[in-house]
Amino acid sequence: MPLNQQTIQNLSWLARLKLPAEREGKILNDLQSILDWVEQLKEVDIEGVEPLVSVTDGIAPMRKDVVTEGDQQADLMANAPESVQGFYVVPKVVE
Amino acid sequence: MTNLTDLTIGEAAQKLANKEISSVELTKAHLAEMENARVLNAFITETPERALADAEKSDARRSKGEVLGVLDGIPIANKDLYCTKGIRTTAASKILSKFIPPYESTVSQKLIDAGTVMLGKVNTDQFAMGGSTMTSFFGTTKNPWNLDLVPGGSSGGSAAAVAAGLCMAATGSDTGGSIRQPASFCGITGIKPTYGRCSRYGIVAFASSLDQAGPMARSVKDCALMLNAMAGYDEKDSTVANVPVPDFTKALTGDIRGKKIGIPKEYRLDGLNPDVQAAWDKGIQLLKDAGAEIVEVSLPHTKYALPVYYIVACAEASSNLSRYDGVRYTTRVEGKSLDELYENSRTDGFGDEVVRRILLGTFVLSAGFYDAYYTRAQRVRRLIYNDFMEAFKSVDALLVPAAPTPALSEAEMKAMKPIDVYAGDVFTTPASLAGVPSLSLPVGLSGNGLPIGLQVVGKHFDENTVFQVADVLEKAAAFNQKPHHVKGK
Repeated sequence: MPLNQQTIQNLSWLARLKLPAEREGKILNDLQSILDWVEQLKEVDIEGVEPLVSVTDGIAPMRKDVVTEGDQQADLMANAPESVQGFYVVPKVVE
Repeated sequence: MTNLTDLTIGEAAQKLANKEISSVELTKAHLAEMENARVLNAFITETPERALADAEKSDARRSKGEVLGVLDGIPIANKDLYCTKGIRTTAASKILSKFIPPYESTVSQKLIDAGTVMLGKVNTDQFAMGGSTMTSFFGTTKNPWNLDLVPGGSSGGSAAAVAAGLCMAATGSDTGGSIRQPASFCGITGIKPTYGRCSRYGIVAFASSLDQAGPMARSVKDCALMLNAMAGYDEKDSTVANVPVPDFTKALTGDIRGKKIGIPKEYRLDGLNPDVQAAWDKGIQLLKDAGAEIVEVSLPHTKYALPVYYIVACAEASSNLSRYDGVRYTTRVEGKSLDELYENSRTDGFGDEVVRRILLGTFVLSAGFYDAYYTRAQRVRRLIYNDFMEAFKSVDALLVPAAPTPALSEAEMKAMKPIDVYAGDVFTTPASLAGVPSLSLPVGLSGNGLPIGLQVVGKHFDENTVFQVADVLEKAAAFNQKPHHVKGK
């Protein structure tokens, strides 16, 4: 799968990263060499093989979805770069 | 008098119990050693006041006869990936360089509850992505065996600190080898337990289906003592198994007669480093001499483990790291729009390797490529898992190298392409993908005097056999060399 500048720019946008133009070439080469290397997985016969998502299926029970440690707004907001009255502050998103 | 920073946990616990030493004395000795060894850059954040307060509390408990257990009063360090309440937790990144967690990770809390003394937070590769600590925003940790060499990674700060006697044990975490490879590079012991054995709650997430907490220490028994405290069910992590945790030290019987040890033929790589091959051959012989039966086994999909690992781990990382957006975790680079704020904050806050992995993960999860890359990798992962299940029908454990080489220099690693760096994980990623436990312990030195580790790999939730075999190998190998630097300065 050959990558190009456009692919890198699209991926950067999806990942909300803004690569400086001078770094795009290097990243493109790196990703291209990694993708060429993973091509070898195409030789494996995976017919009828289910994807392995978790190795703890069936032994790790879910608990009830209930609040156990509520009322910690001040603690949770303490790391916000900017907050007002318990809300995160971001640039205006609605004109 | 015995050097207090040379003791194993078992020895120190005995001296504490006999009132030969106090936890404050033991802690001060380690704090002094940390100061002497600043050149190693093992710690990101030292917490001497907290350590002394912990030690005083431990001594007070002991004087009242209220000792919490064998770890009470033992000084340890935490990998800076474990959230520690009120103490900066950076994941060795710029984006979290000011983050002060409002809560404690389950595993570090369990170690507090066991009475341990927390000396500080040790270095790691950024977000645990790397095998050298070179991706850390806080600089590379040096290997105490040779300051020109890297300590391995990602838990390289933990490994260097334990090897140099700056702490008696440290927490590590292992996604594709991040406990086992640095243990090998620094000549110490570390175990990646079964996936699901320890809670991941409060450990900064890299790849959630692979990340596992584990201890690093200077002996197999010390790792067993640490894991006793660290393991167990936790309602806060839906991937922790609700299974009983045995006393792992009971597994150290010293007797492995009749145990079947598998040697996977696919691990015999062409051109394997001769020192590593020699260490492996030596380990096989020592187990045979101890009465184990050596059996050749096959794990046919071994060669696909690395590409599968990098697809799965990067996919999960790209998802996990999307939370660092310049809005919630202390660092922000302003932008005109919300998207620009995200872009500026993330671009400024993540290092090159993290960016590379996020982009690769984004690619394999993106529309049009998801099935061809991500789903295919998950399907091959099942075949790798099945290989282990099949092998474990005929053997009790496997013995394989921990890393393809002894420790490398920073200059050597800088000259390597990403995929050549990734190849350093060739012996560790298969067990990660299968979720099985694996312990790395030193068995000898290379021709130029560097430690070499081997892994004992076991069945799911059978750390007991892993410890039992590793303990016998440790005693037979009698690896007692110490790093040149710091120790015996």
